[in-house]
Amino acid sequence: MLKSPTKLLQLIVTLAACAFLFVPTLQSVLAGVTANYFRGVSSGLTLKWVGQVWELYAGSIFLSIQIALACLAATLIIGVPAAYALARNPGRISRVLEEFISLPLAVPGLALALALLQLYGTNHGFRTHWSFVLVGHVLYTLPFMVRSVMSVLAAIDLKTLEEGAASLGASPQRRFFDIVVPNALPGILAGALTVVTLSIGEFNLTWMLHTPHLKTLPVGLADSYASMRLEVASAYTLVFFVMIVPLLLAMQWASARAQRITQ
Amino acid sequence: MTLTLRNIAKTFAGGTRALLPTDLEINKGEIVSLLGPSGCGKSTLLRIIAGLETADPGAAIHFDGEDVTAQPVESRKVGMVFQSYALFPNMSVRGNIAYGLKMQKLPKSEIKARLDEVITLCQLEKYVSQPIASLSGGQRQRVALARAFAPRPRLLLLDEPLSALDAALRTQLRDELAQLLRNFGITAIFVTHDQNEAMAIADRVAVMSHGKVAQIGTPEALYRNPDTAFVARFVGDAQPLVGQIEGNMLYLEGGTLPLPRAAEGHQAFVRAEDIRLEPQGPLCARVEAVTFLGAHYRIALTGAAKETLFALYGGLNAPNPGDTVRLAIAPQSILTLPADKEAA
Repeated sequence: MLKSPTKLLQLIVTLAACAFLFVPTLQSVLAGVTANYFRGVSSGLTLKWVGQVWELYAGSIFLSIQIALACLAATLIIGVPAAYALARNPGRISRVLEEFISLPLAVPGLALALALLQLYGTNHGFRTHWSFVLVGHVLYTLPFMVRSVMSVLAAIDLKTLEEGAASLGASPQRRFFDIVVPNALPGILAGALTVVTLSIGEFNLTWMLHTPHLKTLPVGLADSYASMRLEVASAYTLVFFVMIVPLLLAMQWASARAQRITQ
Repeated sequence: MTLTLRNIAKTFAGGTRALLPTDLEINKGEIVSLLGPSGCGKSTLLRIIAGLETADPGAAIHFDGEDVTAQPVESRKVGMVFQSYALFPNMSVRGNIAYGLKMQKLPKSEIKARLDEVITLCQLEKYVSQPIASLSGGQRQRVALARAFAPRPRLLLLDEPLSALDAALRTQLRDELAQLLRNFGITAIFVTHDQNEAMAIADRVAVMSHGKVAQIGTPEALYRNPDTAFVARFVGDAQPLVGQIEGNMLYLEGGTLPLPRAAEGHQAFVRAEDIRLEPQGPLCARVEAVTFLGAHYRIALTGAAKETLFALYGGLNAPNPGDTVRLAIAPQSILTLPADKEAA
């Protein structure tokens, strides 16, 4: 592997790029468990800061999980039937609809948030309810669910499978739950993990929509950076990593699995 | 079950007429093949019978006298075998075969009994727990057949059930399929573009062309007495003898042949197996190519008629390309048919 100078160069560049990403991350994580950052690791390791993060921001963590799960439920209920309908009726109208659903990907989160605020900002009850943030998250994550499910459905001969089930006496509902959903499962799983990961990590749009009582995990992170001592903010980063990294890994695994089916 | 079709036509959204008004009668226990080239409307007709397509207004489909025209596919109680088999990849072999039985909400013991019966009948005992992805083409075909047959449909419909298989397997499975259908004792319709398949499996064959049934009859009847030039060409590859017909004589480039009857204004056809190489024959031809096919040689001949003729030669010493030979064709083996209006 290290035979040729080109290969060696490649390896060095790769390692350097990794270090570029990892060193600050590690430093930040380390700062979160260091007793006094300015005196360095020699001041001793502690979980005090993590504890403080928990005390101050446990609400944000639970709110984020709550919104992520609700967002998942909403994208499943809306996204899977939508993907099915689009995959089942290919044509120009479907393509336009698909682009329309995907619009929130192209529009900056800030603009999306602004639109929501203009539309519903005066409705105080809704504006201050967590479901207001949820609406933003659903708009933003729905295309990921729809596309993920659609790509798996496009790879199987859905029409004929359904015709097969129909000829055996299955009603349209039975066909959806016996044939469509099980065969779309890899796409649903990949989409679900993407939705949860994006919802937990979403900052841009959430920051515009949040209220002092509606701080999600990333908004809390920004808050801690702005107002807490560096060790607490770093400990928060650590907490954030612990939550998001397993999700990210699971998402990668599920996407790879879904991709194998579409090939 | 007796199937009666009246005035079945299909015009697609773009205005293409896939099927012209068609009437068809299929008797109880009969196996009928819809045979024709691609685009002749045979699959459309099958899908209309299944309930997967709706016919143009005015059509009537009766199953044993019951009008099913307005019923959706799931209520018609037909078994369908698809070209791609459409087996459910999320279920095992057993799950696939049991699906139709579950839809009928039969008691568990009844489902098990029927499953065992059909699994034995289709010789699938070894594969029941396997996922679909692990099966070969031939095994998939048997599973598709077992799945369609298990709920005891009134009618079994097969859409090109052998075309997904490779050539070597196709002949073997064709005979297996014919045997299974006979064992089932079920009324069946199957669509194919392969005349050998149709003739090997079906009691009656409906030859279709340009959205119409050109002729329906037993394989023998179609072969021996085709009604049209299209049927003669499609069933048994009849070759045109292009020349001048006067009274009961056919004047060709290579000589003159007597016809079985006066046939002015008709076209003459002959099959490769009916052309004999005979030193005293009335036709003169030049050998262009000789292909050894095992049981016989296939000889391409020019100069006898306008188009190249093919003859089958069963002797040991075939002529060589470039040889001049003489041919004989018995008058009764020449088919005289009305000239084709549509070029088929």
